Amino acid sequence: MAGIRTKPDPQRYSFEGFGSAKYPNFMLRGAGDLDNWTLEAYRDKWEGYQALGKALKLEPAAVTAEVKLSDLRGRGGAGFRTGLKWGFMPKDTPERKLTRYLVCNADEGEPGTFKDRAILEYNPHQLIEGMIIAAWAMQCKLGFIYVRGEFSWLLDKLEAAIQQARDAGYLGRDIQGTGWDFDLLTYRGAGAYICGEETALLNSLEGRRGEPRVKPPFPAQAGAFGQPSTVNNVETLAAVPVILRIGGAQYARIGLPGNTGTRIFCLSGQIKRPGLYELPLGLPLDFIMNDLAGGSSTGRKIKAVIPGGASAPLFDAKDFDCPMDFDTVKTRGSMAGSGGIIVMDEDTCIVNLILRLTRFYAEESCGQCTPCREGCNWMEMILNRIEHGQGRPDDLALLASLPPRINMRTLCALGDAACGPVESAMAKFRDEFEHHISHKECLCAVR
Amino acid sequence: MNHPQTPETSEVPLAPGMRLPLSRRTRLSEEAVAEIRAVAAKYPDKLAGTLPALYIAQREFGFLSLAAMKEVAAALEVPEGHVYGVATFYTMFKKRPVGRFHLQVCTNVCCALNGAYELLRRAADKTGAAPGEGPTGDGMWSLEEVECLASCGSAPCLQVNEAVFDEFVDEARLEAILEACRRGDYSPWGE
Repeated sequence: MAGIRTKPDPQRYSFEGFGSAKYPNFMLRGAGDLDNWTLEAYRDKWEGYQALGKALKLEPAAVTAEVKLSDLRGRGGAGFRTGLKWGFMPKDTPERKLTRYLVCNADEGEPGTFKDRAILEYNPHQLIEGMIIAAWAMQCKLGFIYVRGEFSWLLDKLEAAIQQARDAGYLGRDIQGTGWDFDLLTYRGAGAYICGEETALLNSLEGRRGEPRVKPPFPAQAGAFGQPSTVNNVETLAAVPVILRIGGAQYARIGLPGNTGTRIFCLSGQIKRPGLYELPLGLPLDFIMNDLAGGSSTGRKIKAVIPGGASAPLFDAKDFDCPMDFDTVKTRGSMAGSGGIIVMDEDTCIVNLILRLTRFYAEESCGQCTPCREGCNWMEMILNRIEHGQGRPDDLALLASLPPRINMRTLCALGDAACGPVESAMAKFRDEFEHHISHKECLCAVR
Repeated sequence: MNHPQTPETSEVPLAPGMRLPLSRRTRLSEEAVAEIRAVAAKYPDKLAGTLPALYIAQREFGFLSLAAMKEVAAALEVPEGHVYGVATFYTMFKKRPVGRFHLQVCTNVCCALNGAYELLRRAADKTGAAPGEGPTGDGMWSLEEVECLASCGSAPCLQVNEAVFDEFVDEARLEAILEACRRGDYSPWGE
């Protein structure tokens, strides 16, 4: 089934100064050009597969060392150090030869995030090259790209790109005369947000329900099909060829120490120029929002921002100066997460917004752990009541009592993710909740 | 000790499958069975063939009835309960029929901030399909509210069946897409 884009991609991928030394362009090269996905384009225009040639001349351990030197942190949400993660993979011993797998997490489902889609659509070969290099570093036998089910319209292109790489001898048996075999398979999810969690993804990849696993064992000990596995995000793996090409030390000079490199920020919501912005880590939020993306689309003041995908606690105006890197965003009480920046103007009803978010988590909870399954539903019911003018005076206390009973009491982070927005909204926009309860109408409507 | 009387829920025992609609088709074609086995063989374990097999069955049956799930279990030689568990876990496996053109509108926050609910209402008005309900009487349309389709920067977005995807959908754009469906420019569900 051929995927159809019903009109040319209207998405915004570049901005003034993009591609300069100040704002280097590594991930979104050629984005927006529908013919950019081919092997020829990648090799001719973007120095494609040169990093692979370099990597295959190195010892696998030296490739991991290069990635460690770059200090690359996972772009999926947790910001875990990629080189360290790779280092967890067990090595072969004289007694036992292990089968290791590499898994690419392309189950991009975090509301507010749409960066992996652009890489899959316009730069699939950069991901493939990154996966081959990562697999060489960990000596994996097989790689899987777990693509969310809704991306079926771009799966054909990805499959075609993999076949091109296979035909060119980058995948398959005895790659580039190294005697090492590696191949890639795609796997299509079926519409479950929870499958973005790495162990749920592994279960889904094995053909099971996408329910997170008990850890330990961690994927590096027993991951896909019971074998040692590493799960990395699309953007993380696509950064690997860049690191090999320019060198880990050079990559580490971009951004801030400890928060190196560029990442793709996804701007959405009520913003004048929504789209993808590849930027060095550590630029202030208001610079990205106002100077690059043009400020609010409605002309009204920006009231709140979700800085790292829907799971991240809200920022209000006093945090708009926050530098967007993993550590600073965390110290400000939110998380850099998946890089999705959702902007809301002052007419947005926070109660309504949080209700919609909580409904999403209640819907997407896999149901395994009681605190998350029941707690998210409770939060949704209470918020629903408040939003529709049926809130009771003690509802805020009841709502506030739920997050402490969900947080850190479940197998995965979905429950925690559901609590972040609720807790932060109640702390920062309490007047809106109170007005909803006492006046049975929205504060934004009367302002 | 005296237990209060538990009310009878229904005359029919509540076997899970009893609540699923029946499909006209009851068997998978031989080609589909062969396709399922070929896909499953690509992965290290045949169980991994479950999701791809359910997609193949959904294509043939139109939706996943209990018969479809049993056929998948038989083709893969895995327990029926496993297949039922997987088929009912994921939202993209349809457990009841959908229209020839299944319209999916994301209403998550980024889209909601940019008019997704208006798009949903317009789509409902224009097609007569109610969100989350079955297909229209003529079987032409069905409408569903879905979660994030990774089109937050180009909201609101609309996906038709599996292959057609559109962004920044305003009223004119919606009408153009619906017209293209009526003309037959896009393949109907399952084809």
